This record gives sequence, structure tokens and C-alpha cells, in this order.
Amino acid sequence: MGNTNGNPDVRLMKGNEALAEAALRAGMKAYFGYPITPQSEVLEYLTAHGPEHPEVVILQAESEVAAINMIYGASGAGARVMITSSSPGISLMMEGISYMASAQLPALIVNVQRGGPGLGTIQPSQGDYFQAVKGGGHGDYRLIVLAPASVQEMVDHVFEGFRLSEKYRNPAMILADGALGQMMEKVVLPPAGSLAPPDFAWATSGKSSTRDRNVVTSLFIQPERMEQINLALQAKYRTIEEAEVRCESIGMDDADVALVAFGLTSRICQKTMELARAKGIKVGLIRPITLFPFPYTVVRSYVDRVEAFLTVEMNAGQMVEDVRLAVEGNRPVHFTGRMGGMIPTPEEILAKVETIVHQPAKA
Amino acid sequence: MENTFIPVGMEVVYKKPQTLTDTPMHYCPGCGHGVIHKILMEVIDEMGIQSETIGVAPVGCSVFAYDYMNVDMQEAAHGRASAVATGVKRVRPDKFVYSYQGDGDLAAIGTGETIHTVNRGENILMLFVNNGIYGMTGGQMAPTSLLGMKTSTSPFGREASTMGYPLKITELVAQLPGAYYVTRQSVHTTANVRKLKKAIEASFRYQKEKKGTCFIEVVSNCPSGWKMTPIEANEWLEKNMFPYYPLGDLKAPK
Repeated sequence: MGNTNGNPDVRLMKGNEALAEAALRAGMKAYFGYPITPQSEVLEYLTAHGPEHPEVVILQAESEVAAINMIYGASGAGARVMITSSSPGISLMMEGISYMASAQLPALIVNVQRGGPGLGTIQPSQGDYFQAVKGGGHGDYRLIVLAPASVQEMVDHVFEGFRLSEKYRNPAMILADGALGQMMEKVVLPPAGSLAPPDFAWATSGKSSTRDRNVVTSLFIQPERMEQINLALQAKYRTIEEAEVRCESIGMDDADVALVAFGLTSRICQKTMELARAKGIKVGLIRPITLFPFPYTVVRSYVDRVEAFLTVEMNAGQMVEDVRLAVEGNRPVHFTGRMGGMIPTPEEILAKVETIVHQPAKA
Repeated sequence: MENTFIPVGMEVVYKKPQTLTDTPMHYCPGCGHGVIHKILMEVIDEMGIQSETIGVAPVGCSVFAYDYMNVDMQEAAHGRASAVATGVKRVRPDKFVYSYQGDGDLAAIGTGETIHTVNRGENILMLFVNNGIYGMTGGQMAPTSLLGMKTSTSPFGREASTMGYPLKITELVAQLPGAYYVTRQSVHTTANVRKLKKAIEASFRYQKEKKGTCFIEVVSNCPSGWKMTPIEANEWLEKNMFPYYPLGDLKAPK
């Protein structure tokens, strides 16, 4: 890309295209994808810019099922890999994602969510929270899940996602949505080469005479061994929970009502905060940036300082279950949301706030 | 460890390839897998490409192939071995990459991946072992089970009107421009084992020259699944499988 003469590389870009450019600058070595709205611009951008990056493998697979297994192979062979799709396509990848979690293969998986269930709609949604955060595929595994709320974070989370997935040998997911993928915003692009290329001793790179063969597998047929693998995975997830929680708190110092929202809805909630404060209602916002690990401790730290929590999501209420786990019944936890590709307005969230604020405590 | 002690007047006429591990194989008596593994590893030994070869194992009887093959290997999800091999080969284009798959894996659940991998002309070897049955799961009907063949899920024999016809996937892939070398072999006699070995050698040679996909079907047996002795199984193979799956090259460079 263009020479910026030492100045920050500032662009006006679509979320999907910014994410694709970020992946190239983050040293991605292979991308396998399949077209699906609203994320097809990622594959289009990468194939258009492929000739500038002959060292990067970019391939349109015959299906999402094939694509995730190509990612498995390329990651197992030691390459920095990314795959992107939208909700129905991510569902098709779930088997492969479970295999990668078990085989401990790093990869960056991007879900630019659309409304479901089923073929649903192509409009934005946050309906895949459970799938991303609680499992989705079979077996006990976790993804590291990052929730961007701006085009800038679509870029930043690519670098962070690669770094975390390689650090922990675990697939990481960026859980975006159709609005973040399609909208244009100002973005500062980091320079290429700032993320060191991986060098994995475990990768299938060809068995030299000085080491044993490397095997990438998720098959451990003896139950005693499989349990040990599970215990090791769980220990890893606990480490991630200790070390990698990211959360932003806005206006929480004097808040009576805490909004809890991630991604696009956290942007809408910031407008609700302004509207509420103009009316004299003290509203703050807790924005989880990592959905796994979830910021339980941060949410819990406000239990004694607010009257109530209001979780706002573009789904029927999924993250609200984690907010309730954090609050442990010590305060009311309310929910409001829209589904099926509909986006809540700041005003309708405010109306919900007004129904819950300064309510007398239940006897 | 190689035994270097050779009594006076004797010479070594046979030895196990060093690229085959010492792990005892779990295959049933008379099964073709052990022979095919051994021949594949022997070629890798003789071509001196152990350090440059990456294998992909399927789901099926050969799911533990990586316990026996002393090369870097990846275990794939059921049907996806050629997609995994594509991923490996694309980021390691100078390595030799092969997938080792059975009929259920390659010709049922993985049909899409098989067709498209060959259609892209991926520079890999796909080694396809066709014994007309799901061995690992206990003898169910395979896409390649012959008409009339009794299996645990076609207990009265495979019948075309409801179960379809045995799939000649090798004929199918031979039509694709990405396929460079497509051949059907067997390991039921020593002479056939030698032919298979030549086909594997040729495939790795073509892979080095980046010619496209090489696809070798080995029509093999399943004494346990077919409920026969090994000798009966090989006789049944000649009498029933070969007429439907005739041996020889389907596509070969001139």
C-alpha cells in the first residue's frame, strides 16, 4: 500500500475491507473463504490485492466445510491463517472449529453476523453469541472471542486475534456483525511487519532426522488420555480467563443504571447514555471487548454501586445470561433487544431505561 | 534399530522400510491396509523424501495411519482429508503431500472435497482404498458396495432402486482436467503390489514436477466386514470387485 512518509496511514474504509487489509499487514499467510453476505468483501478485497502479496495463499473454496478444513491443514503446517464468513457459514464450520480447538491449532475466525435462525436475513445481528462463546461445535472447548465496536477495532482485533490465538494455540474469533462489516469509518492502519511471524516447533513442516514426527490430531481413543487432554484444555481456558479479559467502562463512576452491551449495540448505547443524562438519568455503559473470557469480575464490581443492569443485544437475550451469572441475583438484570436483523434505536433503549430507573426496591 | 548382523553366506533380501514405525498394526488378518502402508513408506524410503513428506489420514480403518507412518502427519475430519491436504500443500508447496482415504471418506461424505481438490489440480497424491464397506464402524454399506452385497445396513443386499448404484468415483475424477494421473490397482498378489509401487513412485515424481493431482485407487478387501477368510476375500475380490472396478490406468501421461 501507499507510502505515508512516516505519517499515520489514515483511511476511510468499509469494515470488511479494513479487516482484510489488516490481515495482510498482520502477516497472514493463508486465507480460505467462501462468498456469503454480508462479508463477501473480505474475499473480494483479498483476491483483488493478492497480486501485491504473492507470498499469501488466497483461495475460494468449494464450501465453508472445505474452507475450514483447508484452514486446519494450513495452520497445522505452521502458517498464520484467517477465515471469514457469516452466521450460516460459521454453522457449517463448527465441526472443523471443534477439531481445531482439540488439536490446539491457532487460527483467526471472523463471523460477520447476520439475522437468523436458518437462512434468516442479511441484516446485522448478534444472534451467534451462544455459538461463539459457549461452544457451538461438539465437546468441551472455548474460543477466544473478541467483539469489535468500530471499523478501527475490526483492524486492531485482527492483530490481537492472531497474537492471542498463537500465544495459546487456540482458535480465536472476531464476532462482528453486518453493520460493522458494511459501514465506513475513519481508520488508522498499522504498518506491515509489526507482528512477528510464527515459528511452531509442533507444525507438520517435514520430519527432519533430528526430531520425532509431528502429528496434528484430535483423536485420543483411550478415555484416560482423552480426559488428560480435556484437563489440559480446561487449564488453558482458566489461564486465558485470568490473563486476557478486556472490558471498557464508560460513565460508570456515578451511574445508577449500567447498560451492558458489546459490539454495535454498545455504540447505540453510548447515544442512549447522552440522551438519558440530558434528562438527568445517570446511565453508564459496561462494554465487554472479550466475550470469552467474559468480564464477570468487572460487571460484579458495580453490583454495590448501581440500582440495576440493562443488557442490550441484537438477539433474544444471550449475553444477559452471563451478566446474571456475574450479578448473582444481587441486583435486577433487565434485557432489551431486537432480533432478525433489526437494530434497536437509542430512543427505544432510553424508554426501557426509564421503566427501570428509580423503581422502589422490592421488599 | 537396524540389525546389521548378517551371517556368513547370507544376504538381506527383505527388510522393513525405516519410514514405517515399529508400532504393531491394528488391522485385521488379511486386510490390505498393512501392505499399502508398507509400499507407500517403502517408496518414500527409496526416494529419500521422508523429511519432505506430509501425510493426511482419514476417518475410517486407517484413522491411525500416523501411528505407523514415520512422517509428519495430520488427522482430518471425516471426508475432509483432501481439503486438509490442500491447506498443507498450499502453504508448503515444496513438500510431498498425500491423503490416504477409504471409500466412505473419499466417495461418500467427502465427495465434494474429492471432486474439487482434483478439479483444482492440487499437486498432491490421493490414495484411495476401496473395499466396498465401512470397516471401522462395523461393516455398513459403502458408496462402493456392489449391488446385491450384504452389509449390516443392507442386510438383504444392496438394491439399486432404493440405495443407488456403486459409485465409480475414480472414473468420475478421471474426467477432470486437474487430474494428471489416475489409476486403479490392487495388492492381492505380489505382481499387483509391484504395480502399485510403480504407480506411487510415478505419482511422487509427477508431484515434484507440479503436474496436477495424482489419484490411485486400490481395490482392496475386508475379510472381517465381508465375513470371509483372507483367501476367500481375495477370491471374492477377483470374482466380484474387479469386473465392476477394472484394474489399470484411467488417465496416464503419454
